[in-house]
Amino acid sequence: MTLDHIGPVASDDADEAQAIGVSRRSFLKASAAGGGFVLSVGLPAFALRATAGTPAGFEPNAFIRIDADGSVTLTMPQVEMGQGTYTSIPMLIAEELEVDLGHVRIEHAPPDRKRYGNPGLGGEQVTGNSSSIRAFWDPMRRAGATARVMLISAAAKRWKLDPSQCHAERGEVVHKASGRRIKFGALVAEAAQVPVPEKVELKRPQEFKLIGTPAKRLDTPLKVNGKAVYGIDVRPPGVKIATLAQSPTFGGRLKSVDDKAARAVKGVRQIVRLDDAVAVVADHMGAAKKGLAALVIEWDNGPNAKLTTQDIEKQLEQATLRAGAVAQSVGDVDKAITGAATKVEAIYQVPFLAHACMEPMNCTVHVRKDGCEVWVGTQVLARAQDVVAKTTGLPVDKVVVHNHLLGGGFGRRLDVDGVARAAQIAMQVDGPVKVVWTREEDIQHGVYRPYWFDRFSAGLDEKGMPVAWNHRFGGSSVIARWAPPFFKNGLDPDSTEGAIDLVYALPNLHVEYVQVEPPGIPTGFWRSVGPSHNVFVVESFMDELAAAAKKDPVQYRLALLDKSPRAKAVLQLAAEKAGWGQPLSKRSGRGVSVQFAFGSYMAQVAEVEVSKDGDVRVRRVVCAVDCGSVVNPDTVQAQVQSAVVFGISAALFGQITLKDGRVEQTNFDTYRVLRMSEAPSIEVHIVRNTEHPGGLGEPGTSAIVPAVMNAVFAATGKRLRKPPIDPADLKLAS
Amino acid sequence: MAYTLDINGTRHTVDVDGDTPLLWVLRDVLGMTGTKFGCGMALCGACTVHMNGAPIRSCLTPVQSVGNAAITTIEAIGNTAAGRKIQKAWLDLEVAQCGYCQSGQIMSASALLASNPHPNDSAIDDAMSGNICRCGTYVRIREAIKLAAKSTTTVKEG
Repeated sequence: MTLDHIGPVASDDADEAQAIGVSRRSFLKASAAGGGFVLSVGLPAFALRATAGTPAGFEPNAFIRIDADGSVTLTMPQVEMGQGTYTSIPMLIAEELEVDLGHVRIEHAPPDRKRYGNPGLGGEQVTGNSSSIRAFWDPMRRAGATARVMLISAAAKRWKLDPSQCHAERGEVVHKASGRRIKFGALVAEAAQVPVPEKVELKRPQEFKLIGTPAKRLDTPLKVNGKAVYGIDVRPPGVKIATLAQSPTFGGRLKSVDDKAARAVKGVRQIVRLDDAVAVVADHMGAAKKGLAALVIEWDNGPNAKLTTQDIEKQLEQATLRAGAVAQSVGDVDKAITGAATKVEAIYQVPFLAHACMEPMNCTVHVRKDGCEVWVGTQVLARAQDVVAKTTGLPVDKVVVHNHLLGGGFGRRLDVDGVARAAQIAMQVDGPVKVVWTREEDIQHGVYRPYWFDRFSAGLDEKGMPVAWNHRFGGSSVIARWAPPFFKNGLDPDSTEGAIDLVYALPNLHVEYVQVEPPGIPTGFWRSVGPSHNVFVVESFMDELAAAAKKDPVQYRLALLDKSPRAKAVLQLAAEKAGWGQPLSKRSGRGVSVQFAFGSYMAQVAEVEVSKDGDVRVRRVVCAVDCGSVVNPDTVQAQVQSAVVFGISAALFGQITLKDGRVEQTNFDTYRVLRMSEAPSIEVHIVRNTEHPGGLGEPGTSAIVPAVMNAVFAATGKRLRKPPIDPADLKLAS
Repeated sequence: MAYTLDINGTRHTVDVDGDTPLLWVLRDVLGMTGTKFGCGMALCGACTVHMNGAPIRSCLTPVQSVGNAAITTIEAIGNTAAGRKIQKAWLDLEVAQCGYCQSGQIMSASALLASNPHPNDSAIDDAMSGNICRCGTYVRIREAIKLAAKSTTTVKEG
C-alpha cells in the first residue's frame, strides 16, 4: 500500500471542504444517500456513537469511517514525525476490527481539541511525551472491536442468526457453519443502525495477529521517492517564498533597515518589517536569501545584550544554594548522612540544546480579509490555529490549518513561535507566503532544552551501599510556560521525571527543585525532556557511588533493584548481551544506565574508546527495553536506534552557548551532530510481556547519555560532570 | 538570465540570477520538492542530486555552473539500476523515520553503489558521512546499502 492519499482532511469550514473535495461533512452527505458507517470515539470521556444518515449540520466526532467499498479511514489524531505512529495506531484498529492493515487509510485530523485531544496529555491536541501508544492503546482497540461487533450484529440480523454464531476475519463477517460471508462494505448501512454496545470484549494478547508483529510502515514508500509532502513542500498557487532575520539577541528590536540593495535583487518582491524581525519575500528562496544578505540591518539589542552562558550558570549556582520545592522526601536524609561511613558529593550541569530538526522551521500562511489558511507540520495543531487567530485577529473558526508530515519534531514543533511569525509576515503580503527559516535562524532562534545545575550528596554505609541520597537541582520549568496549570507548588511533572520515584530502593531520599528562569533565552521541550537531564545526573552519580564503594557498577545497581523486578530484568539482560565484565583494550570501557521513564523500563550498556587526543568514539550500544505490550517491534527497534544516536550527539557535541546575548552556534559545523562514520552498532533486546504499553520515542535518549559518560569513566578514570565531552579533559599527557 | 537545464532527461528553461543555487531552482521554480533543504552550506547532504551521475550538493551549486550536465533527482533515481536497488533496500529494511533527509541519503547511496557495487564499511563511511540524519537511521542505512549490494538482479538502465 502506498500513502498517496495522505493529505489534510478538511475542518468544518465550508469553503475549505469544497476546496479539497472530500471533507467529513461532504462524506456524511454522501453517506446519507449511499450508506456509510462512521464510528465516533469521543476522547477523553470515551463515548462511542455511531452515525449514519446524518442530519444536515450534524458534526460527527469521527475517528473511524467504513465506506461501502470496504475501505476503512482513520482520521488520525496524532501527527507523524518519524516515530511510526501512522502505522502503529492503524494496527490497533485493524487488529480488533479484523481488517488487513493495508486497508486502513489515514487522514490528518484538523485542529479540534474537543474531538482530537490526547487523553494522556490533559486533552490537548498534541503529539509528544512518547504518549501516542500509551494514550490510544485502549480507545483505538475498543473502537475497532466495537465496529466489529456492530458489523457482526448487522450480518447476523440479515442472516437471522445469533451474532455468537458469526465472526469477523479479513474485512468480512463469516458464518462458519454455512460458509456464508459478507464484506464489511456491504454491511455499513445496516451496521450504522445497530445500537452501540455498552461493552465489548477486547482480544486477549495470545489472540493478536497483527499487534506485536513487525508490520511494514505505511509511510515509507513515499519517503524513498521524494513524493512525501512535508510542511516545507507545500505550493499553494501563487505562493511567494520568504526568509527572515530575527533579532539576534532575545528581546531585541529592529531599529532600522536599509533595503535598497535587497530590492535590486532579481526575484525579490517585498521587504516586511516587524518589531523584532525583518523578512524578504521573493519568487524563490535563492532570491530571498540573497536579498536578506543584502539588507543593512541595525538592531536595538535590548536588555540581554551582554548576556553570556556563564551568567546563567552563576545564576543557577546561586539559586541552588537555597532550598527548593520538595519533589520527594523519604526517611530522614540529614540524619542518615550524618551517620554515614562515607560521604560523596558532586555538582553536575547540562547545557542548553537545540533540536536541529532536518526540516528547518517553516510555515505557509495565506491571510485573506475574511479568513486564513495555514500549511505546516506541527505537533500541536490546535495551538497553531489559536496563535494564527490571535495574531491576525480572525475568529478561530476562520483559520484553516492543514497539517503535513514533520521532518523531525523532537519537541521543537510543540511550540508555535514559527507559526505566529509566519502569520505576522503573511498579514503584510498579498497572497500566500511560505516563510522558511535558514538553518542559522533555526539554530539561533530555538526553544532550547534548559540548562540545569545539580547538587548531590550521598551517604554510604560500611559496605558501601547508599543510606542517604540528597539531590537539589535548578533550571527552567518548560511546563510553567507551556501548560501553566500543571506547574503547582513550585513543581511540575516533567522537570522532576527521572529524579524522583527512582527504580532503586533508597531508604532515605530527598529531592528538591528550584525553578529558575534564565533571562534572554527561551526554553522548550527537547526529546526525553526532564529525563534528558535527570537520568544523566542520577545514573552518573549512582556510578560515582559504585566507584566510591569500589563495586562493579552493574552489581551495585542490581543490589538496589530487588523491589523493581522489571528494572532489574532489563539491567541483567543488557549486561549479559553486552558481555559486561569481559576485558577490553586500554582506553576502552563500558558504561551502564538503567531507568524507568515514559512508562518504559530500559537499560543500556555503551562501549567507548578514547583516543590519545581525547576524542571519544562510541563503538557499540546494547539496549534492553521493557515497554510492556509491543505494537510494532520493528518500530521499537527503530525508535531506540534513533534515540540513542540523538543522545550520543548531545553527549559528544551538543551545546548552545550565549555570548553578547547571541547564540554562538549557527549551523551543523558549529552545532555538530553524529554522522555515519561516528555511529555505533546498536543492539536492541525487547522484553516481551502483556503489561500496558510504555512510551518509546524518547527513553533511548535519556538512557544513553549517562551510559556513555560512565563508559568514559571506565575507560579513563575521568568523571565528566558537564557534557558535552571536551576532548581536552581526556587528552593523554604527551 | 535564462538557463536551460537537463533535469531527469527533460529540458527546463528558467529565468533566475546565475548564482542562484540549483536547489531553489528545483524546489521553488520547477516545483520538484523531493530534493530537500537542510543547511544551505553543503554540511548535511539533504539537497544531494546527481550531476552526470556524481553526487553534488545542490544548495551550493550555482545554476550557471550546471551547463549541459545531466541532473538527476530523487524523483527519477528509480530509473537507474543502482537507484532502484537502493530504494528497494530502503523499503525492505524500513530505513526511513521522519524521512526528510532520506532523499539525500538515497542519492548519495545510489551514487556510491553505481561506482562501487560492493562497498565495504569504510567506503560507506566515506560516501555517506556528508549526509546527516537527525532520526539516527545510520545503522539501517549501512545495512540497506549492503543489502542493495547483495541483490544480484541486474536491471538495465531505464
